[in-house]
This record gives sequence, C-alpha cells and structure tokens, in this order.
Amino acid sequence: MAVAPTPAERFIQGILPENPVYRQLLGLCPTLAVTNGLKAAMTMAGAVAFVLFCANIVTSMIRHLLKPHLRIVIFTLIIATFVTITDRFLAAYMYDMSKRLGPYIPLIIVNCIIICRCEVCASRQSVFTAGADALGQATGYALALASIASVREILGTGTLFGMQVLPTAWPNWVIMILPPGAFMTLGLLLGAVNWFEQRRSEKANSKRG
Amino acid sequence: MHYLTDIILIALGAALVNNFVLYYFVGICPFIGVSRRIDMAVGMGFAVTFVISIAALLSWTITTFILMPGAPVSKYIAGLFMPAEAAAKVDLTILSYVVYIFAIASSVQFVEMYVRKFYPSLYRSFGVFLPLITTNCAILFACLIIFSQIVGVDNPADAWDLGKSLTLAVFGGIGFTIAITIMAGIREELELCDIPKPLRGAAITLIVASVLAMAFMGFTGVDSGLKKALTPAPVQTEQGAPK
Repeated sequence: MAVAPTPAERFIQGILPENPVYRQLLGLCPTLAVTNGLKAAMTMAGAVAFVLFCANIVTSMIRHLLKPHLRIVIFTLIIATFVTITDRFLAAYMYDMSKRLGPYIPLIIVNCIIICRCEVCASRQSVFTAGADALGQATGYALALASIASVREILGTGTLFGMQVLPTAWPNWVIMILPPGAFMTLGLLLGAVNWFEQRRSEKANSKRG
Repeated sequence: MHYLTDIILIALGAALVNNFVLYYFVGICPFIGVSRRIDMAVGMGFAVTFVISIAALLSWTITTFILMPGAPVSKYIAGLFMPAEAAAKVDLTILSYVVYIFAIASSVQFVEMYVRKFYPSLYRSFGVFLPLITTNCAILFACLIIFSQIVGVDNPADAWDLGKSLTLAVFGGIGFTIAITIMAGIREELELCDIPKPLRGAAITLIVASVLAMAFMGFTGVDSGLKKALTPAPVQTEQGAPK
C-alpha cells in the first residue's frame, strides 16, 4: 500500500474487507466455542473489544521503546494484564456469564487477532490510528460472532437472545449447539462469504473488460 | 489403585473423549493452518505435545508453590515483613494469567534456542513450529485446567499433583496430534477432489472438521462407563440403584 490509510479507512476496513474471522481467519478458537448462544457471543465480543482497544492504545504509546526480539512477549504481557481486568470484572458483575464462558475469557490472551493487530498496526502507528483500527476490528469481530451465533441459536434451540423466534413445534437441531455444529456453521458461512466476494470481483472484472 | 484409575480417566478424557481440538476448540489455528501434509502435521503435533508438557510442569510448580493461597514460597517471602497470620493469607492467584503466559513464552524461547544449538536435525524437523506455539491456545488451556484443579477445589486433598497434571498435558498433546494427523490425511485426499470454488481452503477444512467432531462425539460416555467398571463395588452400593 503506497499511502497509509487514514484512521477512518482503517475503521471501515476492519468491518468487512479485512474482517478478522471471515477474511483473515484469526481468532477462531473463541469464535467456535462461545457461539452457541447470542448472549454469550456478544459478551465475548465486548470483552475482546475492550482488550483489543486498550492493548492497541498501550502498544502504540510505547512503540518507540519496543525491542524487536522482545516485542511478542511485551504484547502478550500487555494483553494478559487487560484480560485479567476483564475476567475479574465479569466475575464480579456477570457471574453466570463468567461461569459459562469459563476458560475462554483467559484464552483471549492468545487470541491471534489482538497480537496480529498489535504487531501489524499498533506498533507502527499513532495512538489515534491504532484506536480506530482496534474499534474497526472489534466491530468486524462482533458482527462475525453475531452471524454465527444467530444461525446456531436459531437452528439449535429455536430462540434468539433467549426469546422464542421459531414455532415451538420446531425440532431443535441439537447438533448445532454441539461442537460439530460450530465447525459446520463457520465452514458454510465462510463459503458463502467467499462466494459473494467472487461474484463481486467477477462483476467488477466484466465491467472493466 | 484409586490413583491409577484417576490417571487412566484423565488420560482417556484428554486424548479422546474431550479432545482439545474437536471438543474444546483450542489449537484451531495450527489445526487449519498446518494440516496440509501428514509429515508436517505429525511434526506440529509432537512439538505441541513437548511444549505442553513443559508448560504443565511449570504451571503446576508455580501454582502450587507461589500462586495459590498460602503457598509455601510466597508465605515465606511475605513472612519476612508481615505478621505470620497475614502472610498465610497471601493470595497471588490474580497474577496467574500474566505469570502463565510469561512462563510459556519464555520457556518456548529457551527450548527453541536449546534445540537449535544442540539438536540441529530435530530443529529442522519441528523447530520452525516452536515460535508459533507460544500463541497456541492449547498450551494456555492446559495450564488453566491445571490451575482450576489446584485452586478451584474445595478439599485441598483433591488438588491435582504433578503426575495428574503431566498426564493431562501429555495426553492432551497426543489428542491434538491424533486430530491434526487425521485431518492432514483427509486433506491430502481432498486435493484430488473437485470442490466447489468458494469452499476451497479453510471452508472445506472446517466442514471436514465438523464430520470429525461428530465421529469423536462417539466417544462420549466412554469415560463414565470406564469409571463405573474400574470403581470398586462398595462405592456403587453406597450410591444405591441408579435406575
């Protein structure tokens, strides 16, 4: 890229063109694990957004002090600090949700999205750009989690956010809330996103040619 | 006898019933990324098993002696400048995540340096995967399970010892190796198939993983069945007739 994107462009890029889940295939572990209900997925997205934003800001502030061979360790330590804050907060104010998400909150530390954004963006850009980038990526991540979680929750239990949306006669597809359903939903949604992307680029090509 | 039963159940649970990849979804990134060829998949599997064992050893030691409430080392250090009853209550568990990730990252760095220096052939076969493993969720996940089994238990006598922790780690790693090797075998065959274009790459891998996860669901209940078979008879009569 010849011209560095502005903060606003970075924000937009995170939502769809560089969506962390569908485009970059990052952070799949929590994506698969917490999406059996929309509420859990949104809590997770909020936690990731908070950690990503804070970690990006702090990394950006200390970017001139970083030594190349130690930077990954520094990133993970920064992230681990904010994850501890998030974990204690959830345990204090949303105890049931914290129990349900269990080990996946601490596993945010090793979530590739955050380390990748610290490495690619925050360690080279100003604080403002890094913040915008974090918000864009977090929004994209929340959208991806919401799409997977809605499919799984609607098909698996016939509810959305705990409210009945399908007729009660709906035979719950229990497989959708079990591990295989997670892999299946993400695989098919990924295929659908790729298909739309291909059609769009084909259209653009035919217009040009 | 009782201890051996526990070990067998932990091993079976970690390797097959609650497979790290297909049940807990940890270590998905290498599972998708490095499962293109069988030899690479096996190398990755062994590297993960190796690092996970070291991490389990470290996390058990750190948790038992430093982090948990009333741990000997922190009690001694706090006792130097605090009254004894306050020192006995020192609780460092809030630092656990930072400490674990630091232990994992630094131990991976040391292992990589050591292997590169003294075993160049081994380094060539799996050394390239080592830095990637730092950010592998499976390692931290094993540490967190061990943490919850030491700190989270009500009765101090139930806390896991080093043997149980290492069993979990080694067999968790073996379970990861099994899953990633099967996946690589399937993907080598998939190269020859005519897959619809949008599904190529990660999408079809995830769908195959879904079928694999269904297959591994077949192990559900094996551990509880085995537990019933291995538990001595008097315990069963105490519980009464279940059905």
